[in-house]
Amino acid sequence: MTQESTEYLLQVHELKKYYPVRGGLLQRRVGDVKAVDNISLDLKRGETFGLVGESGCGKSTAGRTITRLFKPTAGSITFEGKDITKLRGSELRSLRQDIQMVFQDPYASLNPRQMVGSVVSEPLVNYGYGSEAKLKDEVMQLLERVGLPADAYYKYPHEFSGGQRQRIGIARALALKPKLIVADEPVSALDVSVQSQVLNLLKELQEEFNLTLLFIAHDLSVVKHMSDRIGVMYLGNLVEVADAEDIYRDPKHPYTQALISAIPQPDPRKKSDRIILSGDVPSPQNPPTGCPFHPRCPKAMPECSADKPQLKEVNRDHRVSCLLYE
Amino acid sequence: MNQQEPLLEVDGLHTGFTIDGDMHYAVNNVSFSVKPKEVVCIVGESGCGKSVMSLSIMDLLPKHNGKIDKGAIRFQGRDLTMLSDKEMNHIRGRDISMIFQEPMTALNPVLTIGFQMDEVLMNHTDLKADEIRRRSVSLLDQVGISRSDQIVNEYPHQLSGGMRQRVMIAMAIACQPKLLIADEPTTALDVTVQAQILELIQKIQDEVGMAMLLITHDLGVVAEMADRVVVMYAGQVVEDTDVDTLFHDPKHPYTKALLRSIPRMDEKQEELDTIKGIVPSLKNMPQQGCRFVDRCPEAMDKCREIDPQLGEEAQNHAVRCLLYDASFPNEQKQRGVGS
Ligand SMILES: Nc1ncnc2c1ncn2[C@@H]1O[C@H](COP(=O)(O)OP(=O)(O)O)[C@@H](O)[C@H]1O
Ligand SMILES: Nc1ncnc2c1ncn2[C@@H]1O[C@H](COP(=O)(O)OP(=O)(O)O)[C@@H](O)[C@H]1O
Ligand SMILES: [Mg+2]
Ligand SMILES: [Mg+2]
Repeated sequence: MTQESTEYLLQVHELKKYYPVRGGLLQRRVGDVKAVDNISLDLKRGETFGLVGESGCGKSTAGRTITRLFKPTAGSITFEGKDITKLRGSELRSLRQDIQMVFQDPYASLNPRQMVGSVVSEPLVNYGYGSEAKLKDEVMQLLERVGLPADAYYKYPHEFSGGQRQRIGIARALALKPKLIVADEPVSALDVSVQSQVLNLLKELQEEFNLTLLFIAHDLSVVKHMSDRIGVMYLGNLVEVADAEDIYRDPKHPYTQALISAIPQPDPRKKSDRIILSGDVPSPQNPPTGCPFHPRCPKAMPECSADKPQLKEVNRDHRVSCLLYE
Repeated sequence: MNQQEPLLEVDGLHTGFTIDGDMHYAVNNVSFSVKPKEVVCIVGESGCGKSVMSLSIMDLLPKHNGKIDKGAIRFQGRDLTMLSDKEMNHIRGRDISMIFQEPMTALNPVLTIGFQMDEVLMNHTDLKADEIRRRSVSLLDQVGISRSDQIVNEYPHQLSGGMRQRVMIAMAIACQPKLLIADEPTTALDVTVQAQILELIQKIQDEVGMAMLLITHDLGVVAEMADRVVVMYAGQVVEDTDVDTLFHDPKHPYTKALLRSIPRMDEKQEELDTIKGIVPSLKNMPQQGCRFVDRCPEAMDKCREIDPQLGEEAQNHAVRCLLYDASFPNEQKQRGVGS
């Protein structure tokens, strides 16, 4: 392992994930949904990297492919210096101890007939850390750490509010002491008041357990609050990557600029200069040629429909894929 | 001061649901008013009674278990709660119309967009058959739908979420209503699409000259759109004032806590402020005292005993909190000792 690569826990290089589209009588493959068309990113140990973009831009697909819940179509994923792109079987299984996910609606992924205690201890039991009974103390501590009452152990998921269920999901993800957690829209279903409770908890845990976090959300203000660095996605591509503050103070990509300007500010005295985009996001099955954003871009130039821009560094640690900066 | 007669006056409204044989109020003694052309936002966490309140105005409550138990809803002076179904049908869609979070719940999936729009115009206007389709197309133009002459022949599922919401708006404004009720109209949309729709709503509101009751849980949307804001908590109005005062001089501890819990884009915050606990469900509603007391950072012992009343804290600023209750002795106002 080189010096260089140990700084990074995770390195994603030119990752693609396509879903086949089948049609006709024989259900032949007639096309692809290019959900993730080309993303490269590196996660430093202990940092939070935020992935932001609007629905359908490929965030969840990226998250699930990086954690190897899905098989990549192309590109490579390196975790702790080891290529995990093609892992299978027992090797993939043991990777799951190090990489865990937290989902938007933990309820959908929790068995309604399973007590919370066994929900949280399940991963430990599966990986042979002992029986449920033996692990009880450890699970109790975990539940307490994520802010659930002691009797939560004996209750069922439906007895909890949305925010508490998200705490159950977090406790379960933490159980195996993973190195990386991919949190996919973990607070999107919650009211702001409860959202802030869960965000605070995630931040505390990250420090305490020295976690690296890939934080996925469509809400840029939430992502900015959580992240050290942010990647902005549009139609399967990363269009800008920079420090969280730089993304907000000095957005370079016209899409990032529009995204920021669209967020309504909770202050009636600040009327923002809004960039209203025209039209809808194109289908990832039939993406535009050239820059994926050019049909809606207020700054589009003739060459934008021909050449697909690559992510290039324009300032220190600030990368953009836009012909305006080439 | 604007002395204009209100267009809509909700007065002591109690709307309840029968659950296990008992009546529980989801809207409990709610009063507020909307003036002509005014935009009033109703804000509060989910479960505070915002939707039940708007369904009460439209007489769209689930008939099997929900009903208005007390109070009046006066629209241009007429009490809507006293009207027959037929009279209410006449008002709905023509004088007052409504748009929802998910347009698919209001659009019929097996009928074309044009058919559904024509129907509204047929029911509520005297337009002749050949004029109706032309009007439907021009309404779609007005809400910024390109290819409107083709879209009329398409079905709801062929459109994106943002387009469907535009169609809903077109249908809602078809008869130039005096009041538009919009219940979380942009909550299901992406932020750039939300920006398009909010801009459209503002433009249309201006063109039609209608008032709007906009229901949202998003304080950013409130700041953007409202003239006046009504904050609801657990079925009650806890604060009611103009938008500038709400954001720059909020009084109720609930309003203040809501404002503090939003992540700020323009600041770097280590920790976010939170509101502990959750909104009580109908069956767990405190029977006495302030409903926010268990979550309130400024709670006093007395808050558990005395039902706070919605009182004028200043002109045009009503608050339901003992801290601002003039009849409650000042020397007993010790914040944060009762929690
Ligand atoms: N299993 C699937 N099969 C086909 N298309 C899919 C599948 N899952 C997602 N997609 C499509 O891939 C694109 C990206 O989806 P997703 O990764 O869920 O985006 P996001 O999480 O940013 O909303 C969308 O167009 C979506 O419709
Ligand atoms: N049809 C119904 N039957 C029983 N309870 C209901 C019904 N509709 C809403 N409620 C309850 O009424 C309260 C207010 O709900 P709602 O008006 O939908 O809240 P909001 O729109 O503010 O999120 C909630 O406690 C909710 O569970
Ligand atoms: Mg997703
Ligand atoms: Mg609602």
